[in-house]
Amino acid sequence: MFRIAEKTPLNPTVTKMVIEAPLVAKKAQPGQFIIVRPFEDSERIPLTIADFDRQAGTITIIFQIVGGTTMELNQLEAGQSVHDFVGPLGRASELEGLKKVAVVGGGVGCAIAYPTAKRLHELGAEVHSIVGFRSKDLVILEQEFEAVSHHMAKMSDDGTWGEKGLVTNALEALIQAGNQYDEVIAIGPLIMMKFVCKLTEKYGIKTTVSMNPIMIDGTGMCGGCRLTVGGVTKFACVDGPDFDGHQVDFDEAMHRGSTYREFETHAREASCNLLNKEVQ
Amino acid sequence: MAHQINMDPCKCPMPSQEPQVRNHNFDEVALGYTAEMAVSEAKRCLNCKNKPCQTGCPVGIDIPAFIGKVAEEDFEGAYQVLSASSALPAVCGRVCPQENQCEGKCVRGIKGESVGIGRLERFVADWHREHVTDTPVKPQPNGHKVAIIGAGPSGLTAAGDLAKLGYAVTIYEALHLAGGVLVYGIPEFRLPKAIVQHEIDGLKALGVDIETNMVIGKVLTIDELMGEYGFEAVYIASGAGLPRFMGIPGESLKGVYSANEYLTRINLMKAYQPGSKTPIMHSHKVAVVGGGNVAMDAARCAKRLGAEEVYIVYRRGMEELPARKEEVEHAQEEGIIFKTLTNPVEVLGDEDGRVRGMACIEMELGEPDASGRRRPVEKPDSRFELEVDTMIMSIGTSPNPLIRSTTPGLETNRHGCIVTNGDDGLTSREGVYAGGDAVTGAATVILAMGAGKQAAAAIHAYIQNK
Repeated sequence: MFRIAEKTPLNPTVTKMVIEAPLVAKKAQPGQFIIVRPFEDSERIPLTIADFDRQAGTITIIFQIVGGTTMELNQLEAGQSVHDFVGPLGRASELEGLKKVAVVGGGVGCAIAYPTAKRLHELGAEVHSIVGFRSKDLVILEQEFEAVSHHMAKMSDDGTWGEKGLVTNALEALIQAGNQYDEVIAIGPLIMMKFVCKLTEKYGIKTTVSMNPIMIDGTGMCGGCRLTVGGVTKFACVDGPDFDGHQVDFDEAMHRGSTYREFETHAREASCNLLNKEVQ
Repeated sequence: MAHQINMDPCKCPMPSQEPQVRNHNFDEVALGYTAEMAVSEAKRCLNCKNKPCQTGCPVGIDIPAFIGKVAEEDFEGAYQVLSASSALPAVCGRVCPQENQCEGKCVRGIKGESVGIGRLERFVADWHREHVTDTPVKPQPNGHKVAIIGAGPSGLTAAGDLAKLGYAVTIYEALHLAGGVLVYGIPEFRLPKAIVQHEIDGLKALGVDIETNMVIGKVLTIDELMGEYGFEAVYIASGAGLPRFMGIPGESLKGVYSANEYLTRINLMKAYQPGSKTPIMHSHKVAVVGGGNVAMDAARCAKRLGAEEVYIVYRRGMEELPARKEEVEHAQEEGIIFKTLTNPVEVLGDEDGRVRGMACIEMELGEPDASGRRRPVEKPDSRFELEVDTMIMSIGTSPNPLIRSTTPGLETNRHGCIVTNGDDGLTSREGVYAGGDAVTGAATVILAMGAGKQAAAAIHAYIQNK
């Protein structure tokens, strides 16, 4: 059992939790993830490590409440415990030696883009953050990003926050303004990462994406998280989650991500019913 | 001998669920002997002086001695004989391929059927579980610490043996439950999970500490275990859990599973139970590619989840199927369709990216290859399509690279298996032993247990002589 030290809602659908897991905190690096099971009968779900504190022995996770298991997780309060918490899993992001980087975050993906931006800032890189949300009330980590960015572009789909438009609009404007990036790092919905990659391919800029396929064990024993990268099958949990975005088959990843959509819709409704105490 | 020998040439049959009933539920297929049946079967044992059966048992159980106790209706006495050699008798009695091991060497098998050693082992272990509630006495600690990586059959066996010798044993397990393939791989209908849990609880009662959610190689390394954690020896029993795929087009379509994923969802995550939080596809037509025990398990699970047609697709013939004969027969009785001499070449998808079928070619058997098995050769112009909505790849697994990539100086071979020095399981690192599938590649539960036993003895000798 792993105690929840802090729980903070970041917006109506996104929650930050700080979890006591000293062994995980001792080894965690940006880009790695954990697998969590809120209760004894819960599903195993992967969440990227948003932050860690080796001294305090804690790991921060930030999750969007999108379905049954994230609802279960969100039912738990500070002082309570999650049943299982495994990590750090996957390979750490390779950030050493980068001088000028555009970090692109979309929606809750910003929770993962932020520690990357922060680490790059610590390493002395010039960081341009480009963050996008559907609307103002979904914005997370605004001050945090500002604190670690040389430049920050704020985008929203409906224009209620920053500029109206997509992150790709802002990225293209920055590139056209003459910014030469060693690398673009994109973290967010698959469709966003796909279009960021299409754009940077045109300009020949190396682009790394953090993939988020369906996972079960997270240790390489099932291949549920497999992706095609450069024509080769890779397991995101052990070979990734970071990959060269220009090599990833995004359409396939999007199809695979929808495997259990019907089941998930049902599970979410069941969880909502539970919350509303309308259990049959 | 006190009793009359039962000269029946045939084994006492074991009651089991009817095929058309059991293929709709996950309850155990084989129901086990009654005490009467067990005593009668035990009386078929000739109590040979040279005990050929014992030499066929990888953990060296004194088989005539335990069977003799059963014949005398001293079931607890029989259990004591079993547990002197085996940490998991209720498991082995169910899943060992006895026909190639103990029963394969039984003298009664020459002119009739061998003694039902596995069934008797199972009976005795079940009888003990149902009738004896004593907790085992914790052995006197000897002051030495040993770490075991992986709570599968090999790690559990080594832990049991070492704990009985007084070692403080800690098992590190990556998943949230101990048991390895016994909990995520072998289905409930062959091996009820409550039985596995009971055997694991027995180890805990002996003082074995099991730390779950610990991925060694990520959260801790072997060097840390032997350094700051103070373990004098480590036994690597991390298995061979990395699935292989065929590398044919369409393998990433929705509806293509590795057998490991399919079985893990069903067994470990209980996706077969209504209301499970972990989803699984409920398919109509399923093809399982491969012919081993894992393929049989996956096919029989698919049938139980309601699939109307389930195929085993295997590139060699019925004779060459690597699965146990009994498993193949059970699968056939339950309505699994065998498409042998068939090899998939492409998975076909619909516009939504879901499997709609697979293209196969027919095969014929050519000359024997290096392994002595006749090599399948493609028949020209034999491509055909099989309509399926789910495909389960069960063509083997190899060891996970996590341990070898984080343990400097640990020698592995080109298949990724850890190299050990003969029987005792010593690796290229002092104090580090390995066994089970991590060394051999995917094999059987009982061979993994045998390796765990040998490694425990070697670790004991190593620490005593240090």
